[in-house]
Amino acid sequence: MSQSEDDRARAEFLAEAQEIVEALSRDLLVLEDANKRGLTLPETVNDVFRGVHTLKGLAGMFSFERIAELAHVFEDLLEALRLGRVPMDGGVLDLLFEGAEGFQHLLAGAQRSDAAVDVDVEGLLARIAALEPGAASQRDILSDYDIDPNILSVLTEYEEHRLRSSFEQGRTVYRFRLQLALDAIDTSLAGLKERCSGVAEVLSYLPSSSAEVKDAIEIELLIATRVSPAELRETLDRPDGLLIPIERKRRDSIAPRMDAEAGMAAASLNQAAPEVEPSEDTGSLRSLANVVRVDIGKLDHLMNVVGELGSLRSSFVQLVERLRAHSTDRELIFEAQRIQRGFQRHLGEVQSSVLGVRMVPLSQLFDKLAVIVRQLARDQGKEVQLVVKGAETEVDKLIAEEIADPLMHIVRNAIDHGIESRDERERLDKPKVSNFGIRAFPRGNHVVIELRDDGRGIDPSLVRETAVRRGVLSEHEVGDMTPEDLMEVIFRPGFSTREVVTGISGRGVGMDVVKTNINRLGGAVEIASELGRGTTFTITLPVTLAIISALLFQTRGRVMAISLSAVREALRFEDYALRTVEGREVLDLRGETLPLCRLAELFGLSDGKSVPERMLRTATRRRRVHGGEAQQADDAEVFSSEPPVKSRSGAGFVIVIVVGNRRLGLVVDRLLGQQDIVIKPLGRSLSSVPGISGATDLGDQRLVLVVDAPAIIDEALLGRWLRPSLGGQA
Amino acid sequence: MPLRVLIVDDSNAMRAFVRAALEDDPALQAQVEEAESGFEALRVLPRQTFDLVVLDVNMPNINGLELIPFIRSSERHAQTPLLMISTEASERDRERALSLGANRYLSKPFSSEQLVDMIRQLRADAADAGGP
Repeated sequence: MSQSEDDRARAEFLAEAQEIVEALSRDLLVLEDANKRGLTLPETVNDVFRGVHTLKGLAGMFSFERIAELAHVFEDLLEALRLGRVPMDGGVLDLLFEGAEGFQHLLAGAQRSDAAVDVDVEGLLARIAALEPGAASQRDILSDYDIDPNILSVLTEYEEHRLRSSFEQGRTVYRFRLQLALDAIDTSLAGLKERCSGVAEVLSYLPSSSAEVKDAIEIELLIATRVSPAELRETLDRPDGLLIPIERKRRDSIAPRMDAEAGMAAASLNQAAPEVEPSEDTGSLRSLANVVRVDIGKLDHLMNVVGELGSLRSSFVQLVERLRAHSTDRELIFEAQRIQRGFQRHLGEVQSSVLGVRMVPLSQLFDKLAVIVRQLARDQGKEVQLVVKGAETEVDKLIAEEIADPLMHIVRNAIDHGIESRDERERLDKPKVSNFGIRAFPRGNHVVIELRDDGRGIDPSLVRETAVRRGVLSEHEVGDMTPEDLMEVIFRPGFSTREVVTGISGRGVGMDVVKTNINRLGGAVEIASELGRGTTFTITLPVTLAIISALLFQTRGRVMAISLSAVREALRFEDYALRTVEGREVLDLRGETLPLCRLAELFGLSDGKSVPERMLRTATRRRRVHGGEAQQADDAEVFSSEPPVKSRSGAGFVIVIVVGNRRLGLVVDRLLGQQDIVIKPLGRSLSSVPGISGATDLGDQRLVLVVDAPAIIDEALLGRWLRPSLGGQA
Repeated sequence: MPLRVLIVDDSNAMRAFVRAALEDDPALQAQVEEAESGFEALRVLPRQTFDLVVLDVNMPNINGLELIPFIRSSERHAQTPLLMISTEASERDRERALSLGANRYLSKPFSSEQLVDMIRQLRADAADAGGP
C-alpha cells in the first residue's frame, strides 16, 4: 500500500476509533445512571459491545495491537454482561470506565505517534477474570418457538442472541414482509427503522430477490416489540406489508394460546416467562410511542413559514392602518381590525408552539460534560464531585449545539488549571474532594448557566502583570482597572488563563474564543473569582435564536438586520451635530457623547466584492416593511423608491445600540422597519466573519445578514478585530 | 480486463483499507465501488454487475450473511465470487457463510497481501469454472 493511501486509511481509523470511544463513554454514563436506579438496558449494553467489537477488528487491521488487546479483553467482559453471565454492578462499571479511558489514552498516543503510551491491559484482564460469574440460563428459548430454519441460518451469532433475549424478555417477535422499490430501498429501510425507535426493535433484515415486480425487492424484517400488533402496524406505516407473529410451539396444552391479533401476545408471554425484567413495563413503552422524532430540517422549514406569516402580518397591519386612514366605512374597519387581532393572536400561538418543539433540555449537554469531568479528573488524579442542577432547563436545539464547545472549554480550563491537586488541597486545608457545580435556570427570556469551581481562583495582580507582559494592555491602561475589570481582560485575545491561575506559562486556552462564540449567540459571559476560593462563570443565553424581532436597515444598498433587543432608539442623522473626538466620530445625544460607527465602512461595503457582498447575493433590492416602535422614519421615507442616499454628508440614520453598559451609534442609510425574522446560522466557511451572527431569509429567497450587536460594539469601542482599512476610524 | 469490485462494509476505515490494497496492485486493475451499509448494497447489487463482492459479516441492520442468499438467488450475481471478511474468527459464522454460498472467508486482522492473494485465488477458481 502506498504511503499516502496508508496514511489516509490510518487517519480514517483514528477518526472512527475516536468516535466509537466517545459513543462508548456516553453509553457507559447512561448505563451507570440506569444502574443506580436499578435498571438494566440490554440494548445499550449491546451498543457498547458492538462498539468495542468493531474497535477490536479495526485496531487489529491497522496494527494498533494494544488497542486490539484491550478491546479483546473488554469484548469478553461485555459478552458476559450481554448474556447475563456477569451481573452489571458498580465494580463492573468502574472497570468499563477504565477501559474507555484506556482506549482514549492509547488513541491519543496513536494520534501523536507516541509508541511509549501504554495501558495496563494485563492488570485489567486479571480484574475481569476475578469477577464472579452469575447464574446463566441454560435452556435455549429459541427451541420453544416455531422459527423458519431459513431465517435462523442467516442470523449472526449476535443477532441470534438478540432474538433469544427478545423472547426471554417476553416480547413478541414478528416477521414483517414487504416489497420495496429498488431506488429508495436504503432510505425506506432506514425510515422504517427510525419509526420503530422506542417502540420496537428490528432484529434483522432478510432480503430476497424473488420479487415478482421488477425494480423492487422483497424483504422480511424480524421485529421484536411489546406493543399490540395494531400499534406496531401503525408505527410501521406500511399497510402493504404482511405481519406474521412467530408463535410459540404448542408442546403443552396448558400453555396459554397466543392471540396476537387481539393484542394478548405480550400478556400471555409474560405469564409464560415469569423471569421478565421488572424494569421495562409496557406502560412506559406505550408512552414512548406518543413521542414523534422530527428531523430538525423540517422544524427549520416550519419556522421559515412562520417567519413569512410574520411578515404577512406586518403587511396586514399596514393595510388596516391605511383602511382606517382612508375609509369611512366604520363597520368594515372594525371587522378588519377584529380579523387582524385574531390572526395576530393565533400567529403568536403558532410561533411559540414551534419554538417549544425546538427546545431541548440542557441535560443533553450536561451529560457530555459529566463524561469530560470524570475523564479529566481521573487523568489528573484529582477528585471532583460534579453537582448538576437545572438540567431540565430547555433551550433551542441550535443554541444547545453552539454552546457545547464554549462550555467544554470552561470545564476543561477549570479542571486543568483551576482545581488543585489532592495534595495541594490537603495542604491548603481545603476539602480533598473538589466541588464543581453546573447550574442552569431560566431568567426572563434568557437561560443562565453557571459553572462554579472551588479551586485556586484568579489572581488579579497576575492578570495585570500578564496583560502588560503580553502586550494585551499597556501599563497605563491596567493602572486604573478594578479587580472586576481585570477579570474581563481574560477574554481578550492573546491571553492565557493558565498563566494567571497557576503562574506557569504554557499553552493557554483562548477564552476570547469562548466569549466570541457566546456573543455570537446573542449571549454574554461574566466571570467572578475569589483568590483561593474558586471561579464562577455565568453565561446568559437567549432561550431561542430562531425567531427574533429585528430592525431592518439598509446601508450602501445592502439590507441588513439587527436584533431589536440591542436597539435603544433610532435617530435622524441630520438632526445632530457631528464631532470628532480623538479621531473618532461622535455625536451629542441629550448631553451625552455617543461614539459612532459607520457600518458600511466597518464591513468594507463598497461596490467591490467584499465578504458580506458575496453573501448577500440578491439582497440589494429594498424590502417593504413597516411597523415597530424603534423606527423613527416616516412612511414617506420608508416607502420612497429613491435610490439609497449616502450618509457621508449627514443624511441617513443612527441606530443607537446598547449592550451591557456600552452604547454605540450605527450610521446607516435607511431604516426599513421591524420584522420578526428567523435566524439561520452561517455556513462553516462564513461563520468566522466577525460582526455577523447569522443570516435570514425574508421569505422571497433574499438573504439578509444579521448584525452581531455585541461583536460590533467590541470592535468599534475596543478594536477587537481591527482591520488595517479601519485603522483611523474604529 | 478490469476487475469490478463492490466493497460492502460499514466501516470507513475498512473500505479505505480494502480499496487501497486492491488499487495498489496494478495487475488487478481494480475498479472499486463502495456500499457503506447493507441497505445501500441492496440498492446497488441488482443494478450493476461485479466481478467480485467483498462483504463484511458484522454490519448493523442487514448483516453480510443475510445478503448472501439475496446475492446468490439473483441471476446477475449467482456466480459472482463472494469474499466475506469478519472481525470474528467465528467458526459458526464461517461455516454459515460458506454453506450459504460465499466463496472465501477472511478473518481480521489480515494484511493487504493476504487480501490480494485471496482475490487472485478467487479469480483463478472462477476462471477454472469458466466464469468471468
